[in-house]
Amino acid sequence: MDKKVALQDKKVSRRSLVKTAGLGAAAVATGIASPVSLAATKKVNMGFIYVGPRDDFGYNQAHFEGKSGVAGLNWVKAFDEEKVPESIEVEKTMESMIQLDGASILFPTSFGYFDPHILKLAPKYPQVTFLHCGGLWDSTKHPTNVGSYFGYIDEAVYLSGIVAGHMSKTGKLGYIAAIPIPQVLRNINAFTLGAQSVNPDITTNVVFTGGWALPVKEAEAANSMVDQGIDVLTCHVDSPKVVIETAEKRGIYSCGYHTDNSPLAPKGFLTGAEWNWSSVYAMYAEKIAKEEPIPNLVRGGLAEGIVKATPYGPAVTDAAKSEADAVKAKLMEGGFAIFKGPIKDNKGNVVIPEGKSHGQTDIWLESMDWLVEGVIG
Amino acid sequence: MLKTLEAFAVTLVAIIISLVLISIFIWASGNSFIEVYQTIYKGAFGTWFSWQNTLVRAAPLMLTALCTAIPARVGLVVIGGEGAVVMGGLFAAITGISLNGMSPGFVLFAMLFTGALSAGLWILGVGALQYYRGVNETISSLLLNYIAIAILNFLVVGFMRDPATLNKPSTHHIGDANMMGVIGESSIHYGLVLGILLCIALWFVTSRTTFGFSMKITGGNPRTAKLAGLNVGKIILVSCFIGGACAGIAGVVEVAAVHGRANSSLNAGYGYAGILVAFLARHNPMAIILFAISLGGIQASGGLMQRRHDLPDASVLVMQGIIFVVILASEVFYGRLKIPNLFQSQKTAQENAA
Repeated sequence: MDKKVALQDKKVSRRSLVKTAGLGAAAVATGIASPVSLAATKKVNMGFIYVGPRDDFGYNQAHFEGKSGVAGLNWVKAFDEEKVPESIEVEKTMESMIQLDGASILFPTSFGYFDPHILKLAPKYPQVTFLHCGGLWDSTKHPTNVGSYFGYIDEAVYLSGIVAGHMSKTGKLGYIAAIPIPQVLRNINAFTLGAQSVNPDITTNVVFTGGWALPVKEAEAANSMVDQGIDVLTCHVDSPKVVIETAEKRGIYSCGYHTDNSPLAPKGFLTGAEWNWSSVYAMYAEKIAKEEPIPNLVRGGLAEGIVKATPYGPAVTDAAKSEADAVKAKLMEGGFAIFKGPIKDNKGNVVIPEGKSHGQTDIWLESMDWLVEGVIG
Repeated sequence: MLKTLEAFAVTLVAIIISLVLISIFIWASGNSFIEVYQTIYKGAFGTWFSWQNTLVRAAPLMLTALCTAIPARVGLVVIGGEGAVVMGGLFAAITGISLNGMSPGFVLFAMLFTGALSAGLWILGVGALQYYRGVNETISSLLLNYIAIAILNFLVVGFMRDPATLNKPSTHHIGDANMMGVIGESSIHYGLVLGILLCIALWFVTSRTTFGFSMKITGGNPRTAKLAGLNVGKIILVSCFIGGACAGIAGVVEVAAVHGRANSSLNAGYGYAGILVAFLARHNPMAIILFAISLGGIQASGGLMQRRHDLPDASVLVMQGIIFVVILASEVFYGRLKIPNLFQSQKTAQENAA
């Protein structure tokens, strides 16, 4: 059965090869791809590109785990490249995956890959699908063989905030963040709002390090925060390793980000917000194998299984667990809004008035440029 | 002639030794080194696509290598290429944005001019600090890299930021009309042409002109040069300016041919890779072209090595590092290997034995 399918597929690909022969660039691409392609039977060739190392306990590892998830499927051939800079190099990596490895679907995962690199290559390779992590695709501006996917990870961060609010004795939380962009601000706000839902007087100190991977600054920030009496620490940087390990070493609690960070802090780890990319990647691969149209925009949170909360660490109290679980259940059902008025920013302006609430899918949230009351930094 | 031959012979032997060492490294990682070398060849030069990939990566390396090579001719070890790339790119973006709307050819020329000028002055500062105040040029140029990156970040997240670039702060776009094009049907931009032309021109200047000769004397011994009546200060400053300007052009090309904006992608490491190329080429601008292309080739095949052989990304760095160390170590053999004499002495030894 398998063989038959394979043969048929081969015929199809030969036929389409002849068909595209007149199309110049496209024909060159297929012509080079087929002899080099390793797979004897037709598989879905998926290429993944990361900006950092695969084992950073962070953003890149989350995607690598997603890739490893789909790589297990026997009709998928997944390959990846790590530490590809957001320069012309990523264009060359993508082209190399298409031309030398016959990739039909690419996942360039870093934010800076999108504009101009993906947008430049997509029209050149119309037979390839480019899916970018980050949610920048706009149907009015961008090619149709490009899409984006992203998760509402602030839902899981909000749960971390609830647990942190329960566990903090000093009422001071710490957040080490890379740069003040909407995505990051949204997580800081969600964390703070989660904690304030337990204790309205709680504050969050924020330090922006100025870059996605600055381990020395992250360690300095973490240490100075502990010295200021902060007793729960979390972060939004490429690799949470330094922050979580520093928190553990200084004997305070920590909440993870990107992946399961519990091995980094066996004692003080509370919970964390994780990506679950393998579910998204498997969905795409299946659609391609069945030749179904690929959605250009995929988003989701806890309910869709795109993000998840890390299992609680040993220190978490039952009260914290039960409240976080209750909110989680509401988030899974839908209808629970994290950004619900009245919300003031930390300069005293009302940003969301009483009675107004912004649901997860609200685009307005994606240009967030304020921090909620109680955030210091 | 004999000197060129010697340089060739020593470099060749060094490369063969590094290939042997790299083979051991690959073998230790559980791969067949023949297959990996085949992959490297395929990824670097195997197809027309691979060639384009290699040449596009080589283009900025040629320019940043000159930033180390030219000051090295006057005896300075400058490693500030990264900062010069950033300054060049930043000023190209400023120029491109403010002149947007004028004739594209003029805008492009103005970007090249301001980019080269700003980066040239940046590295000229390194030379001036060294010559007038005795500040170690290696340290100051390294530290200036961080200052350049900090200035870039400050401006890019600050008042030069295009508000539409939400999650990757960048400056405004210089305008599609002002972008530098690609050569013919390929994906290679004109940065490669600039790189090759500058390498050839500077090879001519350093080896065939009076100024090049005075650079060499200054590099050999600045005091002798002064005694001979040369204006050492001027020679040092001009050399630093030229080197910086070359790296600045690499930054202009990054903005004008690749990104269209200035952002943190400017400090992607071209400046540091250029140091490697300059040392491999022994600061000879002509040899820089060759070594930039070979290094570009290794980088171009890095992805394929990861995908086909499960080698980590760092293996490219390991290979570059092995070649670098072996070639530097081979420097000690210059002037000591007397190849023709070696045969002679063996012959006499044999005759004596007989």
